[in-house]
Amino acid sequence: MQRTAIAAPQWGRFVAHVGRWTLGAARALGDIATWRSHLVVQMRRLGVDSIPIALFIAVFTGIVLALLSSYIFTGASPLYFVGALVGKTVMMELGPVLTGMALAGRVGANIAAELGTMKVTEQVDALETLAYDPRSYLAVPRVLAATIMFPIVTAFAMAVGVLAGWITAVNLLDLSTQEFWKGLRQFYQFKDVWFGLVKSASFGAAVALMGCYKGLTALGGAEGVGAATTRAVVLGCESILVLDAFWALVLL
Amino acid sequence: MIELREVHKAFGTREILRGLSLEVPEGTNTVIIGYSGTGKSVMLKCIVGLLQPDAGEVAVDGDVVGSMDADELVRLRGKIGYVFQSAALFDSMTVDENIALGLRRRGLGDGEIRERIDESLGVVGLGDAGEKFPSELSGGMRKRVGVARAIALKPAYILYDEPTTGLDPVTSAVMDELMVRTRDLGVTGVIVTHDMRSAFTAGDRVAMLYEGRIRQVGAAAEMRETDDPVVRQFIEGRPDATLSLRRPER
Repeated sequence: MQRTAIAAPQWGRFVAHVGRWTLGAARALGDIATWRSHLVVQMRRLGVDSIPIALFIAVFTGIVLALLSSYIFTGASPLYFVGALVGKTVMMELGPVLTGMALAGRVGANIAAELGTMKVTEQVDALETLAYDPRSYLAVPRVLAATIMFPIVTAFAMAVGVLAGWITAVNLLDLSTQEFWKGLRQFYQFKDVWFGLVKSASFGAAVALMGCYKGLTALGGAEGVGAATTRAVVLGCESILVLDAFWALVLL
Repeated sequence: MIELREVHKAFGTREILRGLSLEVPEGTNTVIIGYSGTGKSVMLKCIVGLLQPDAGEVAVDGDVVGSMDADELVRLRGKIGYVFQSAALFDSMTVDENIALGLRRRGLGDGEIRERIDESLGVVGLGDAGEKFPSELSGGMRKRVGVARAIALKPAYILYDEPTTGLDPVTSAVMDELMVRTRDLGVTGVIVTHDMRSAFTAGDRVAMLYEGRIRQVGAAAEMRETDDPVVRQFIEGRPDATLSLRRPER
């Protein structure tokens, strides 16, 4: 109880600090000339290069979901519900969240380690002395790139997850292609897709913001960068879970 | 002119600067000497606005740094070059790109940027290193690129943070020569160093920072003959028992 009482003001200060920092980053958005040329590079590094890990996760998620739903529905509901459950779950929840978690590790750690190293080796100070705002030059292109690319990577993951579920259903379960697609189409709504993509855009923004914030406030040497990187990944994952609940409350 | 008036700066409970006052006249190299951890680099960072004093003020050409908005800070940094102790080169960029970055910010065209890069690399004797990455350079070469990056901006002031630390004697002498040559071009320098040979070669004035304040400041020749025991001990590098007890905690 006492620990909670002590931790609450610390969390309050942390949230206030991140909030002020985020507002500064939002103002830096106006400095288009500084971040424009870095955006495409970051979209490739943070997004395109993350596609293999996202697809790897999606394949196994699709397989497990198909087997799990078959296990649940056998003897209780028509088996074409397998298609419905795979589609709904991959598009609305597991596609965005598992992709987000994997990218929180890959992207969040990448950003925090890179910017943290720049901070402790005075490269960030050097940028400032050259009259650049580090938030315009370093944070804005990364946050924008992640916000744009997370939904794109998630869209691929959704498609591959459903395909993996279909292949599993046809080859390992007593289900035909027609039955699987019947279930998928019967319960499909366009909202399933955009709900997942909106969520993943917010996950991208949160993961990149945490990576930039922890990186640009890293202190000390290698130990400080290591601590900042770990914290960025943890905060990225926590943000994803909080945002997941938020969007479910707001949009469902 | 750079003026520091009663500047105080603390990190947590640790007071680093405790009422530092100093004037840096134009057209001179002013060297700041002092024990490690006495706030020499903190002072440089206060001058360029990377750190804000807790009390007191820093003024450059009459403008108080602490009260500048973002645009004014950009203008201030446009007239100050900063040579970092670690060189602080951007390791993802070539030497040319490192130098071009600040020039591009000032809105220079490609042709003029190329000219400035060639000119500044020529001054530091690294005319053929433009395509190399910092990881391919020695420590001394990196420091010289740091100087090239600063002088390419044609600043009115250059702040050097331990420019000869970690360099061999010959490369140190090259750096000293560079700092003198830069001053001869009309650039005002503030040089933070522990290297006494460098201090008296490149400096016109020497100031000793001790316990958060300027202990003594004067022309380099005068400081060499000073009677102040603390300054003498530091300049001569004597591990005098009574005085070393007064050395500030790191």
